[in-house]
Amino acid sequence: MNNVRIWAIEWIKKALLEVQEYVRLCIAAVQGIFSRPFYFRDVIEQIDVIGLGSLTVVLLTGFFTGAVLALQSGMTLDQFGARPFVGRLISASMIKELGPVLTALMLSGRVGSGIAAELGSMVVTEQISALRALGTDPIRKLVVPRVLAGFIMCPILTVVSDTVGMLGGWIVALTQLRVSSGVYWSAVVEGLFIQDVYMGIIKPFFLGIVIVTIGCHVGLRTTGGTQGVGRSTTNAVVASSVLVLIVDFFVTRLLISIFF
Amino acid sequence: MRAKSLAEFGLPVELAEAHAPVVLFDKVNLSFDEKVILRDVTFSVRAGHTKIFLGASGAGKSTILKLMLGLLKPDSGTIWVLGHRVDLMDEAQLMRVRHHMGMVFQEGALFDSFTVGENVGYKLYEETILPLDEVRRRVDEVLGFVGLDAHIDKLPSALSGGQRRRVAIARAMAARPTVLLYDEATTGLDPMTAMTVDAEVVKLRDLEQVTSILVTHQLRDAFYVATHEARRDAAGQIEIVEASEQKIEEADFVMIREGRVAFEGHASDLRSSNDPYLKEFLS
Repeated sequence: MNNVRIWAIEWIKKALLEVQEYVRLCIAAVQGIFSRPFYFRDVIEQIDVIGLGSLTVVLLTGFFTGAVLALQSGMTLDQFGARPFVGRLISASMIKELGPVLTALMLSGRVGSGIAAELGSMVVTEQISALRALGTDPIRKLVVPRVLAGFIMCPILTVVSDTVGMLGGWIVALTQLRVSSGVYWSAVVEGLFIQDVYMGIIKPFFLGIVIVTIGCHVGLRTTGGTQGVGRSTTNAVVASSVLVLIVDFFVTRLLISIFF
Repeated sequence: MRAKSLAEFGLPVELAEAHAPVVLFDKVNLSFDEKVILRDVTFSVRAGHTKIFLGASGAGKSTILKLMLGLLKPDSGTIWVLGHRVDLMDEAQLMRVRHHMGMVFQEGALFDSFTVGENVGYKLYEETILPLDEVRRRVDEVLGFVGLDAHIDKLPSALSGGQRRRVAIARAMAARPTVLLYDEATTGLDPMTAMTVDAEVVKLRDLEQVTSILVTHQLRDAFYVATHEARRDAAGQIEIVEASEQKIEEADFVMIREGRVAFEGHASDLRSSNDPYLKEFLS
């Protein structure tokens, strides 16, 4: 029993230390954004890596999510004779929830893991120490550009995902459900309030920050050689995926209380 | 063993003063959790001199270099580097001190996605406002100094272990540091390659007047650096020769044993020591 208590205390201490270090990293990153030196070239490079590099996976995910949503909801709506309303269901689902969350989960897998692996490798090969020895602050050089790129690109990729999702739904509605284009697109517009659009665009800003800061935090705290890099990569994906869902819930709750 | 205190030198250190101590450790202690890494470590390094830290693996040698750079903070004691109290400085202040220092890491720690030229010129590209032409000229110059100018566009992965160390030396010297720290710069290299790296250390110290602090457990390399000097002959060619008495006097050895300074003195003192541990280490 005593051993369990000691283990529990140690676990809580480690968890609190992680939270403390994570918060410190976030504060340092925010300070880095608003002070010099600022590595603009690295920001552009990261926008390319995180944004354009993730475009294919986001396009495919968004398109097929919209398409399968149309297929499934079409069958259900048929039971009520409401097949023409399929566009309404797709636009509401994609823009309010599925677009932001699925895009964020895809980015967790692709970007979060990539950041953790890259920074983790740099830690275990002493490249981070070398950066510091050369007079470069790793937070400004490595973390700030990734945070800014995540903050900027996650909402843009979400809009792309929403758009192709509705296109996927349109193709299925047209070819499989025999719903005309005019009916589909007017249902898409009717199904949305402007507040829904705001919500769908605001949430990815938070989710983007969560994904990249978790990737950076886990990567920079890597220990234990190449095995440690592998562990960090897994931890980054798991932690950022879970946090995406948790943050999504709380931000949605907050935005609902503000907008409705 | 010489135990020096702060008062002996008078601080802050004036950089202009010839042979002023550029690094000063005074009763430095460091522990990680329950494990004591350094106990009451005190020593100084004078400008233009060489300090060689010897000791078994895990004795705390590399930790001393990291403390000098401010990559780690001591639990107690004071550390002065180039006239600055680095143990009290924050990261932003440390960056200004590190501007005058260079470090060669154990495995080179080259940026693997950058070419050799980008690695060597990194500090000049990123942290200075030098025009690009001047940066390129300096990169060519230092790569020529270490004999790797033909490899400027290669990635580090395309180089041998010895070449990577020499690139690491070139990167450390590119911004003309006052102090260069070498962390096991020859470990894992064959004797011939290790000697080329040793020669670079000697050349930098004697021709560029860089204070050199080495951490190693390779005795052959340590004694080579301590007992040789570089000079230019009449034709301007660099040659490595046996060091003069005065030059040998400028190289100090420090033996670190279980986190403590177990010996401090010149090469001849080390060789003639009757300490059983030192004898065993040297055998």
